[in-house]
Amino acid sequence: MSRKPYIRQVSKTSWYLKQPRYMRYMSREVTCIFIGAFALLMVCAVERLSQGQAAFESFMATITGPWSFLGLFVILAFAVHNATNWFNVTPKAMPVQIGEEFLNGKYIVGAHYAIWIVASLVVLFFAGVM
Amino acid sequence: MTQLKKRMVQLEVLRYDPEKDTEPHFQKYTVECNEEWVVLDALNAVKETIDPTLNFRWSCHMAVCGSCGMMVNGEPKLSCHAFLRSYEGVIRVEPLANFPIERDLVTVADDFLEKLKRVKPYLIPKEKKSIEQGEFKQTPAQLMKFRQFSMCINCMLCYAACPEYALQPKFIGPAAIALAHRYNQDSRDGGRDERQEVIATNEGVWECSFVGACSEVCPKAVDPAGALQQVKVASTIDWFKEHLLPGGAK
Amino acid sequence: MAKSNKPIFWSLFAAGGTLAAFLAPVLVLLFLLLSLGHAPAVLSYAGLHAFAAHWFGKLFLLAVITLFLWHAAHRLRVTAFDFGLRQDSVVAVVVYLIAAAGTITTALCLLRI
Repeated sequence: MSRKPYIRQVSKTSWYLKQPRYMRYMSREVTCIFIGAFALLMVCAVERLSQGQAAFESFMATITGPWSFLGLFVILAFAVHNATNWFNVTPKAMPVQIGEEFLNGKYIVGAHYAIWIVASLVVLFFAGVM
Repeated sequence: MTQLKKRMVQLEVLRYDPEKDTEPHFQKYTVECNEEWVVLDALNAVKETIDPTLNFRWSCHMAVCGSCGMMVNGEPKLSCHAFLRSYEGVIRVEPLANFPIERDLVTVADDFLEKLKRVKPYLIPKEKKSIEQGEFKQTPAQLMKFRQFSMCINCMLCYAACPEYALQPKFIGPAAIALAHRYNQDSRDGGRDERQEVIATNEGVWECSFVGACSEVCPKAVDPAGALQQVKVASTIDWFKEHLLPGGAK
Repeated sequence: MAKSNKPIFWSLFAAGGTLAAFLAPVLVLLFLLLSLGHAPAVLSYAGLHAFAAHWFGKLFLLAVITLFLWHAAHRLRVTAFDFGLRQDSVVAVVVYLIAAAGTITTALCLLRI
């Protein structure tokens, strides 16, 4: 009897389209493109800020307008998607054992959401929005 | 006696005969089943009444041996744990993904077994003790630290679900690394450094990108994804200790 | 196989991801307000310049921008592989270089303010 194992090929470029859980994973991963873009935007802002008032106000004018709003809104959506996913998996990476029991993940996740809200309110307060 | 409800079930099974076929192909079977049966029962009914040439692995029929892993409608499942009542229409049955097909639904598990061995999945005692010196003592709290990861039945569903294993066959994989973690977390064990040499590598835990599919399909709630993230955290702390502390203190 | 050097990049990814989870949404929201032309006084040149001139402002901006950049860089490295771009060493050099360039630019500009 001869053996001839058959190896099934998996597409290296479209495997994630095959299952909803893989699409959910990719939606999480691509948030980095938007976080990265936003970080580069902040680099530009700091650079313009360092070049004086005229340079900075020209930058402000560039980021004013409907297309800018749309782009930033998309970034916001992905930033929130990253945040919610990040908080939800934290208990798995850092389980808290108390005696023989493990702290229920919902307390760890809940604490993260609480900090998120507080931190956001603090920033909004200091930015003069609240 | 209550009438057992019957159901005609249509299976579409991937066949492969290494002596005759160049490629696998689907074969349809229609078989009478009891309503409360699992996919494994349907396959056995096919083998017994329609096609004795159909090959598949199984043993305990109660989700503890890990033998009957296969793809049911594209999802890695233990066929003894996949209830017919959960499925409608034609049920597609294929061998476990990401492993070579030996014959029909039987896969070649060699790669997994080799990786299992590689991570040294056995106690390497911290202190050598002779029988006369007595047993190793462990509190319930110390047991809980690793107990969850000892529940693995080596069914390989996690490897079938893991896309990184599909893309990079050298990846040591969820079950093997979770098992290494089980021993690393055991208070009696002193072999962590040896295991780190194996799993703190690019083929080890660092191939993992926390897709989490492994934990979603695990029939024993081992949560290998969680184990791997914990290994990443521990390995990162190691790395900083080795590179930043004088003398690479551990 | 030798132990990986990924931990250094992964720790930056993890720190940046945590910071981005907590702070990115509200910071993007501030930019959104700017894009609408509804900037409060603090978000003007004068206000932001004063913030960046202060040591806390410098630290905050450098930490946030640096960690966001290195988080995105490492994740993009992995995502590129997932999308089928398999020359990992090449991708790694490219993404980390961009992150480094952004980090250095930010640091130099902040020093000037």
